[in-house]
Amino acid sequence: MQLNREELLQSYRTMCTIREFEERVHTEFSEGGIPGFVHLYAGEEASAVGVCSHLDDRDNIASTHRGHGHCIAKGCDVVGMMKEIFGRGDGLCGGKGGSMHIADLSRGMMGANGIVGGGPPLICGAALTAKTLKTGGVAVAFVGDGASNQGTTLESFNLAKVWNLPVIFVVEDNGYAEATASAWSVAGTQAKRAAAFGMTAHELDGNDFFAIHQAAGEVIERARDGGGPSLLHVKLTRYFGHFEGDAMSYRAPGEVETARRERDPLKFFRQRVTAAGLLEPAQLDGIESEVRSLIDQSVSLSKSAPAPSPERLLTDVYVSY
Amino acid sequence: MSKKSYRQAINEALAQEMRRDPTVIVMGEDNVGGMGAPGEDDAWGGVLGVTKGLMPEFGRDRVLDTPITESAFIGAAVGAAATGLRPVAELMFVDFLGVCFDQIFNQAAKFRYMFGGKAVTPVVIRTMYGAGFRAASQHSQCLYPIFTHIPGLKVVVPSSAYEAKGLLIQSIRDNDPVIFLEHKVLYDEIEEVPDEPYTIPFGEANLTREGDHVTIVALGRMVGFANKAADMLEKEGITCTVVDPRTTSPLDEDTIIEAVEDTGRLVVVDEASPRCGMAADISALVAQSAFKALKAPILMVTPPHTPVPFAPELEDAYIPTPDKIADAVRRVMA
Ligand SMILES: Cc1ncc(C[n+]2csc(CCOP(=O)(O)OP(=O)(O)O)c2C)c(N)n1
Repeated sequence: MQLNREELLQSYRTMCTIREFEERVHTEFSEGGIPGFVHLYAGEEASAVGVCSHLDDRDNIASTHRGHGHCIAKGCDVVGMMKEIFGRGDGLCGGKGGSMHIADLSRGMMGANGIVGGGPPLICGAALTAKTLKTGGVAVAFVGDGASNQGTTLESFNLAKVWNLPVIFVVEDNGYAEATASAWSVAGTQAKRAAAFGMTAHELDGNDFFAIHQAAGEVIERARDGGGPSLLHVKLTRYFGHFEGDAMSYRAPGEVETARRERDPLKFFRQRVTAAGLLEPAQLDGIESEVRSLIDQSVSLSKSAPAPSPERLLTDVYVSY
Repeated sequence: MSKKSYRQAINEALAQEMRRDPTVIVMGEDNVGGMGAPGEDDAWGGVLGVTKGLMPEFGRDRVLDTPITESAFIGAAVGAAATGLRPVAELMFVDFLGVCFDQIFNQAAKFRYMFGGKAVTPVVIRTMYGAGFRAASQHSQCLYPIFTHIPGLKVVVPSSAYEAKGLLIQSIRDNDPVIFLEHKVLYDEIEEVPDEPYTIPFGEANLTREGDHVTIVALGRMVGFANKAADMLEKEGITCTVVDPRTTSPLDEDTIIEAVEDTGRLVVVDEASPRCGMAADISALVAQSAFKALKAPILMVTPPHTPVPFAPELEDAYIPTPDKIADAVRRVMA
């Protein structure tokens, strides 16, 4: 699947936005400005962007507790997201959800999720809607390696297959679920699990945007054409702790530093496109500085934004009551 | 006696029971931490460090990490309990109940009754509850009324470190399924706790103070808030009896009724949602059994009927506070 110049630039911009967003949330959190539980997606950008660059607003995704990257890749407003994470009244969800519950249904972003394994059943439902209403849409469930062991995930594999739903399960395997290694927690392999349910599966290097983009394109196209569900198993590195504040003593010393140095998805992208003469380094530099100022702006707007007004505590529980 | 946090008190109860009884095992997600990983062993000891140190003493055969698969491992704890072990399984946040509830309320809770009194299921499910952590709607609920609703489950809501240790040891020794709810905001609260093992029986409420004018019944974290409110009110000449039921199932109805008969007024404080909750349950009990003693309508202090919001300003407005409790007491005195 050949990407044109525009698409390459857009993909890089989105990956950079995620990276910069997460690095900045990390800093702001450590300075005490952000309340609650925050799980960062830095290091995993190529997965969200490689998959979501094939999607449009009729397509739905379900995300996880580590949701910022999926939100950005699916087109959520970055300023609204940052405000949400700061708990502001004009955040994307009015400050009522926070980091773990960012959603924008108008963009087909069905929510980050505080419940591990919460997404796959929902995404079967979104796919059922697309199939029933013949929208041509597909639905993508992002799950972690940890979430891949939940009954909800495995049941959804089965349901998606027997209903022949346009679903793509993306297992983002960063090697850990909290402090537990996926090498221990996952029996069998993701690909063989998928095969057992009669689904096509691809095993992918999560630092290689192009490989993910290619494979995602194939399985999404098949799903759109009525060919049913597939699974992508993407191996990546999470650059920060499980959540902000995690000392990460369960990791090998230097693990993240090595990954950042040798297998960074953004560096990989840059090398690939500049070596092939597809883009100029200066263009990529330009994107990086634009992204930085966008994120700067999102943080300063968030800091000065008002808290939700007190009566908002009681609103939005029901549509009508 | 020595000063211990709520966290340490729970950890000590687990360790002492594991030493006493080799059938006691502990399991949960990252209850050890570092399983299969290249770094440190015992890396977490639970998400907030409550089970830290158990694995080095008791080994991985008795302190089990689990995959993220609550339905399977909570159910396995129930099955192990029915066949000879005394598992203490950790449901990290009570909000994750949705993933595994069948194994608790259709299986564990009903074995004894359905099987004509033949089953014994001594499982303890430890779980973390409550608002105040900015953890938003899916990590902040109380939900103990849901367990309390189910015949066959015992439900424990310890309000302090001392209470937590004695009630957890009792939970482990008890032969019925017990849900043991730990308030996440209390883990660092410190008080004098005996070093030796001791038990606090279920269904025996604790009067944290006695007064003449108003009875306040409160649970879990709200017991401390009720005592703060009572301190404030004492300066205004209003004295309160504060009742901590300790367990919502069994519920010490007699102590609650007697306390209301003495004061003639009742304020019930509950951090759980107001509908079909403990505040409503205890109000109904008193309306039924101590109606003649009441000098004023019963007042309930609860959050509104909404999910728990994320933004700090909203969450603070959601949670009952000592001020709100004191206001309610003043109103029943008016
Ligand atoms: C049902 C449920 N169980 C447990 C948790 C606690 N928890 C939050 S994230 C997490 C680890 C998830 O691991 P994985 O799915 O691999 O995603 P990652 O964090 O690695 O992105 C756990 C156990 C939860 N939020 N929901």
